[in-house]
Amino acid sequence: MNSYHLDHLQHLETEAIHIMREVAGEFERPALLFSGGKDSICLLRLAEKAFRPSDLPTPLLNVDTGHHFPELNEFRDRRAKELGGKLIVRKVEDAIAKGIAVPAPGEISRNRLQIPTLLAAVDEFRFDCCIGGARRDEEKARAKERFFSFRDSFGQWDPKNQRPEIWNLYNGRLNPGENMRVFPISNWTEMDVWEYIKREKLEVPSIYFSHKRQCVRRGGQWLPVNALVPPKPNEEVRELIVRVRTIGDIISTGCVESPATTVDDIIAEIAAARVTERGSRADDKASEAAMEDRKKAGYF
Amino acid sequence: MPSTTPVHVPVDILRFNTCGSVDDGKSTLIGRLLYDSKSLMEDQIEALERSADITGGGQINLANLTDGLRAEREQGITIDVAYRYFATPRRKFIIADTPGHVQYTRNMVTGASNANLSIILVDARLGVIEQSRRHTAIAALLRIPHLVVAVNKMDLVGWSQERFLEIRAQFEEFLPRLDIKDVKFIPMSALNGDNVVDPSPHTPWYVGPTLLGHLETVHIASDWNLNGFRLPVQWVNRPNNPTDQSLHDFRGFSGQIAGGIVKTGQKVIAFPAGIVTTVKQIWTYDGAVPEAFCPQSVTLVLEHDIDISRGSMLVGLDHLPGSHSDLQAEVCWMHPRALQAGKKYYLKHTTHTVQVAVTEIINKLNLATLESEAGATELAMNDIGEIRLRAAKPLVFDGYATNRLTGSFILIEQGTNATVAAGMLSSPREIVKPENGDYVI
Repeated sequence: MNSYHLDHLQHLETEAIHIMREVAGEFERPALLFSGGKDSICLLRLAEKAFRPSDLPTPLLNVDTGHHFPELNEFRDRRAKELGGKLIVRKVEDAIAKGIAVPAPGEISRNRLQIPTLLAAVDEFRFDCCIGGARRDEEKARAKERFFSFRDSFGQWDPKNQRPEIWNLYNGRLNPGENMRVFPISNWTEMDVWEYIKREKLEVPSIYFSHKRQCVRRGGQWLPVNALVPPKPNEEVRELIVRVRTIGDIISTGCVESPATTVDDIIAEIAAARVTERGSRADDKASEAAMEDRKKAGYF
Repeated sequence: MPSTTPVHVPVDILRFNTCGSVDDGKSTLIGRLLYDSKSLMEDQIEALERSADITGGGQINLANLTDGLRAEREQGITIDVAYRYFATPRRKFIIADTPGHVQYTRNMVTGASNANLSIILVDARLGVIEQSRRHTAIAALLRIPHLVVAVNKMDLVGWSQERFLEIRAQFEEFLPRLDIKDVKFIPMSALNGDNVVDPSPHTPWYVGPTLLGHLETVHIASDWNLNGFRLPVQWVNRPNNPTDQSLHDFRGFSGQIAGGIVKTGQKVIAFPAGIVTTVKQIWTYDGAVPEAFCPQSVTLVLEHDIDISRGSMLVGLDHLPGSHSDLQAEVCWMHPRALQAGKKYYLKHTTHTVQVAVTEIINKLNLATLESEAGATELAMNDIGEIRLRAAKPLVFDGYATNRLTGSFILIEQGTNATVAAGMLSSPREIVKPENGDYVI
């Protein structure tokens, strides 16, 4: 190898920085979706790499379902403050109170209700572009999505009618009311994310590392015991040493038994893993086309 | 910055795409690559089994792995580019699975534009068909450095070496007309896994590598152009920080290097101003660096205060580009509304978007004969042809053959904002001449 060689992480990094800067160059009012999860942590570092020494040209936006792990929100707020970023949080609860999001009878999950909440925030701040940390290796519908994912004035994704993306030329032109979702780390895998976290020495929320937790066996998974969906009398409850591999809502995120206490441990664990990270998310298992349906409706 | 992870150190990335016609078994081949290289996880296999019960009469269908959208599973076809990822200890792979239907050729261009390598699938029973020619021609047009012809379904022709050589000869009839340097022919059965990851016991007459073996070892060093420094300016970095004195006057030009190498102290020309200045600092988040190269993303601080904004291009003094408003290019048309001479479009080239008018359709490529035919009045969806354009402002560019990044563009329809074409610029008629007095500050 000569000295003018980039390794795989450097390749993925420069691709993502290029996309970040295209957003800054082509959009009037972009926002960066930041949840505090591992993918958006990488996204934030890439934004720093793209825009420093200037301030970040986008506010950080998070849709709080009200079912977040408290550790995640604490981390989100702290990290945003450290970066001097402007954090905007919009809550599903408020959207329900305003009638923007309407739960179906008996609907406990906030998964679907995030969609109208996000779209209302996009309207409120007139965002023309939302940068997200979705990756194509997560799920089959995501595998078909472009870096610049066009949404019509209803926020909908039309998988059959996507703009072709050729070379590194992204078409960011919009008519009023239309919107773009941009995914700079589309080409990253779960392993790439953790290797990048290691290389960049990024801090992540504590729940990614193994800890002691009360878990309840439900739907073939260990879910964290929580007040929202308390264990039923016939359900098995155990105290386990677990960590989360992917963070969704507290009522649907499976915990995996793991002794991993460092980023190196996690990398070793993923290298040996026999299930994908989304294998622990009940929301995707609902049907073969679960993610496709949510994305068409405006999910990020 | 070396990675210190002991468990998992892929050294580089190979991007490849797969193309073939309906039922050539592309998705099955990708499924097989993932399955046999142990890149599939238990829950993915479980999901396959679940869908097998519904649609496959109990048989696992490897194609269901990539055909992710509901419409695709129902119709048993692939309707868009799907990206897949896997790694072996030697390399990390990004697969663009591009469909074979005629009407989706635009997706093949999308999937192939960034590829190091293209796999063309051929059904051993059918041999070379028009789609094989079309896909090979597109790969050649996009100047994809490596090609693999996967002669699939060899089990259905009794593993006949004669048939394999016949198909190879069919390809070799038209390959010389296309500018492709590296082609590898591999006999296989994706369904049964022969010669995909593991060598086949049925082809003792074939001594070459398996598909994965080839993907792991094919030489892809420097697909990037390291001659002739080019930095299309994406974003002007101006902190305007009143409290930090060192940042108060900071003015940097951020972008991804699209060609060559840049060093601190080097002279560069800033286009369109055409003024020579010196690189004072190469700024990165991780600290200033003495030099940087394509395709790194950097921020340059320059000696002089010149009018530079998004769409400007910084260029080294050797290997100068062209600068013209009259352009000639090959385009692949991607939209149901055909290209018509005289119509205006937006053209996006590097970070620069400009209005253009199509002044002439020079010719259209006949994909059956691979001959360019004059006299076309329009280019319809999936047509490839040569056109002339006039831009409202000059473009600073290289020929696509010299530099993929500064020689390519897209056309955008005004009004709908649809991306309607991928374009590859012909080499400039003449390069800019820096000896003109106005290039000196």
